[in-house]
Amino acid sequence: MKTTIISAALLSLALTSVQATAGGVPAEKLQKIINSSFKDPDKSTEAPATPTWASRLTPDTVQQACSEARNHPDKDLAADMEKAAAASVKYPEDGKLLGDWKNGEKIAQNGKGLRFNDKVDEPSGGNCYACHQIDKKELAFGTIGPPLTEYGKNRDFSEEAIKATYAKIYNSHTVVPCSHMPRFGTMGILTIDQIKDLTALLMDKESPVNK
Amino acid sequence: MKMRRLIGALILGIALSAGLAAVSGPATAQEDASKGIEQYRKMMAEDPFANPGLLYVDSGEALWKEKRGTNNVSLEACDMGKGPGVLEGAMAEMPRYFADADKVMDVESRILWCMEKLQGLDTGPVKKKAFSKSGEGGSEMEFLASYVSSMSNGMPLKPQLSHPKEKEAYALGEALFFLRAGPFDFSCESCHGTPGSRIRLQDLPDLSKPGVDAQKTIATWPAYRVSTESVKTMQHRMSDCYRQMRMPKVGFGSDAVTALITYLMKQAEGGEVQVPALKR
Repeated sequence: MKTTIISAALLSLALTSVQATAGGVPAEKLQKIINSSFKDPDKSTEAPATPTWASRLTPDTVQQACSEARNHPDKDLAADMEKAAAASVKYPEDGKLLGDWKNGEKIAQNGKGLRFNDKVDEPSGGNCYACHQIDKKELAFGTIGPPLTEYGKNRDFSEEAIKATYAKIYNSHTVVPCSHMPRFGTMGILTIDQIKDLTALLMDKESPVNK
Repeated sequence: MKMRRLIGALILGIALSAGLAAVSGPATAQEDASKGIEQYRKMMAEDPFANPGLLYVDSGEALWKEKRGTNNVSLEACDMGKGPGVLEGAMAEMPRYFADADKVMDVESRILWCMEKLQGLDTGPVKKKAFSKSGEGGSEMEFLASYVSSMSNGMPLKPQLSHPKEKEAYALGEALFFLRAGPFDFSCESCHGTPGSRIRLQDLPDLSKPGVDAQKTIATWPAYRVSTESVKTMQHRMSDCYRQMRMPKVGFGSDAVTALITYLMKQAEGGEVQVPALKR
């Protein structure tokens, strides 16, 4: 029920701004250009994107709202987005949020998945090191996101922090609305088990992150 | 002259591959590679004819002057925006509006247009093979774009935004730059919106505002990429970014790419053209 209200609120926000994007371009015109410019990667021809691919061309309500706000949503929108994000998080049925940190490290290293040249039958990676420092032994880390060294230690390994970490990876907008970080669970990039493994990489006492 | 370029390129190519092959581990490989490129750039400054990208310029010049197509003419009468046959400074003012096509075009789409309209060439295959694969040693488009762009070397980028269609392309490009889409919610701004950030060890230029980052980045395509040992063009850069952004394949010379390049050129206004540059 609550989710419906929030989604409706988000939708109406998005709809009111359908007239023009932040740059003053009619949204309809922009969408038309996008639809005609992207081709189907599975075909070598100039064929337009098939429905599976075409679905990526139309921004969802969150993407639309964040693009228009240039990722700085006002207070009300931010509050609505946080709630909607929290409502989208699915937790493991057994309630156990810490998986295997060793597997988490592999997922954090893996930058493959969902690009048109990636194998469709292989699980996607999280590519966490592209943006974050994590295990200090890995020197090839990016700086778009904050460093995550000693992440669990800094949070006293609390149950509350474990849950917030899981939720953050599942949908980053639970903590920072319009975060640059992908919504790994909500958008189906990673599975619940993979998110558990990443949560363990950050929050397990045995993880090199906390050593 | 050509022979000297060729020999210089070969020697440095060998030296560099040896340097890259000698390193191990992702972090050290990256660091050594950037050191290697720095050294390579220094050697190039001492001998400007040693850049392997210059081979593309030479091939492009030969191709530009070759009579081809059903009309059996060269591209020498092609109007790149400064009048038929004038290449000096043309790239520095592109994309721009072309009345004959009633369209805003960037360097590569304009070259394609001239091949089709002037020479009567079947441009389907040219477009399809615009981005050469590893080991192919370059494509016709890469040769021609390198040649045409090199004729603006030393000149400042002068974006053309007076025609309504140029203004529209700019506005569309700006909207596209900030538009988040796809399963990862990425926009161009996701990686190119903060000064001084990195993806893994690769420095990322901040292209969300006008300035030195944009000038140095945008005024230096086409570039010889050491990692792929080939020249890549601006169209390729846009296309490969969209692949990493998890989007479907963006069309060569599509309106979205022209719009984005128009926006980026404005961010890079005043940047000095230096092509083919040398990049990682």
